[in-house]
Amino acid sequence: MIDYEKVLSKRAEELKPSGIRKFFDYASSLEDAISLGVGEPDFKTPWAIRKAGITSLERGKTFYSANSGLADLRREICRYLERRFSLVYDPKTEVIVTVGGSEAIDICIRALINEGDEVLLPEPCFVAYAPIASLTGAKVVPIETKREDGFRLTAEALRAAITPRTKLLIFPFPNNPTGAVMRREHLEEIAAVLRDTDVMVLSDEIYAELTYGSRRHVSIASIPGMRERTIVVNGFSKAYAMTGWRLGYAAGPEPVLRQMLKIHQFAIMCAPTMSQFAAIEALASCDEEIEKMRDEYDMRRRLMVQSLDEIGLSCFEPEGAFYVFPSIQVSGISSSDRFCEELLQQQRLAVVPGTAFGQSGEGHVRISYSYSIDHLLQALGRMRAFLAARREG
Amino acid sequence: MEKLLALLEQNARLTNAQLAVMTGKTEEEVAAELAKLEADGIIHGYQALIDWEKAGRQLVEARIEIKVVPKRDMGFDEIAGIIAGFSEVSSVYLMSGGYDIGVTVIGKSFRDIAMFVAQRLAVLDSVQSTATHFVLNKYKEKGVLFMERQKDEREVGLL
Repeated sequence: MIDYEKVLSKRAEELKPSGIRKFFDYASSLEDAISLGVGEPDFKTPWAIRKAGITSLERGKTFYSANSGLADLRREICRYLERRFSLVYDPKTEVIVTVGGSEAIDICIRALINEGDEVLLPEPCFVAYAPIASLTGAKVVPIETKREDGFRLTAEALRAAITPRTKLLIFPFPNNPTGAVMRREHLEEIAAVLRDTDVMVLSDEIYAELTYGSRRHVSIASIPGMRERTIVVNGFSKAYAMTGWRLGYAAGPEPVLRQMLKIHQFAIMCAPTMSQFAAIEALASCDEEIEKMRDEYDMRRRLMVQSLDEIGLSCFEPEGAFYVFPSIQVSGISSSDRFCEELLQQQRLAVVPGTAFGQSGEGHVRISYSYSIDHLLQALGRMRAFLAARREG
Repeated sequence: MEKLLALLEQNARLTNAQLAVMTGKTEEEVAAELAKLEADGIIHGYQALIDWEKAGRQLVEARIEIKVVPKRDMGFDEIAGIIAGFSEVSSVYLMSGGYDIGVTVIGKSFRDIAMFVAQRLAVLDSVQSTATHFVLNKYKEKGVLFMERQKDEREVGLL
């Protein structure tokens, strides 16, 4: 008998399994439970994109692509980045097409980190960065972002966290789960701190297209002095409702991308070719679809912020992504895990505890509005009943 | 205005407060806009979409294709107006193609509808012929599925 304790990688074993998994498995076993938990669009991939994927299959284009992705796709990505965010990259050497934004994050971290390097991580944030960084032997240094700062990373907090061992800043804005965005003036302040250092930036801009209000998303790579130290990660999942296609990309300086490409080619070979053909169509013809979906999310966002505020769950107003991150203080429950358990048990409504996104998420829950308005209204009704029952009890 | 109409077309039970916050207007502005849309005949009404069969009421619905001979004093509009006046009739359209006027009729039984066609429609002066098709099952109406609701197939709770 093999003693698996002895054969498994220590680093893998030390990764904490997501506690949330169990919670959602339980929620989905309840017949009458409804959820505001998911982190993906409720829209279907626009038809023109699906059609392009189907056509590529009909024509038998089922081969590997170049390791870094189809040349046409890399060209379209560069055109898109320039058109939407004024970022200029060379499609031959400065872009890699990856299996979702997730793989881009993985290979970027692996290409940069040596054992013991420090990785700065503004929290609350997406769940994958810390485990991936830990696997490389990095020391993850969380930086708490605060509600009073609009959950933005402040120059002050960043400066205080930088040490001679700091290698990489993970920069996840627009932010999942808070919906915080960093506007140009905030980016300037961050850039001023980083400019004279060797700290690299992994800017995860997967929610870039879901930025609300009259001002568009600004990439930190477009701030003077930042391009040479930034790897931009983006993808098709959120903007084009293409989660299941698993397609993303990284863009950045050639010396870093060259290392990332090696890891990518040995681990993955190339991103799915069918998805790449579909993505060419997305970039070439679907700007309008993006706007339509954003408008729809924006309406839901306003509805949720206002309605949650009305029932006492005070909301920081999110300006990006498709989440709201209200404080649960009014419920009298301090633990967000317990809040979520009781909400599920009593009202059959599942939301995600803030602690899933780092300790600094305590006292909050993440509510996704990637649902139809009717579904949102039904869920709001349950939340209202839950809070009313607590007030009476 | 267009946003307001699109929202109401999907769900007419949204309150003015909800409509206001979603479209970035005040409640008063929404109320005023709705009043105008109603007065201008842009919004004709607000109805529930009911699956009567599930509610236990047996109703029969038929689509009737009518060929009409327009006369000097009776064009399509006039005959359509007369047909629309019958309370059994739920919709009336002027059609292109093989027939002229499409009518939807709802009754309690097949016989009900047969009698209506024979006694009320066929006898109209300019009606040349009728063809009655009974509805067997209703899958979707006004963009809303009457079949089992589509399940949310998204599985990952946390990303």
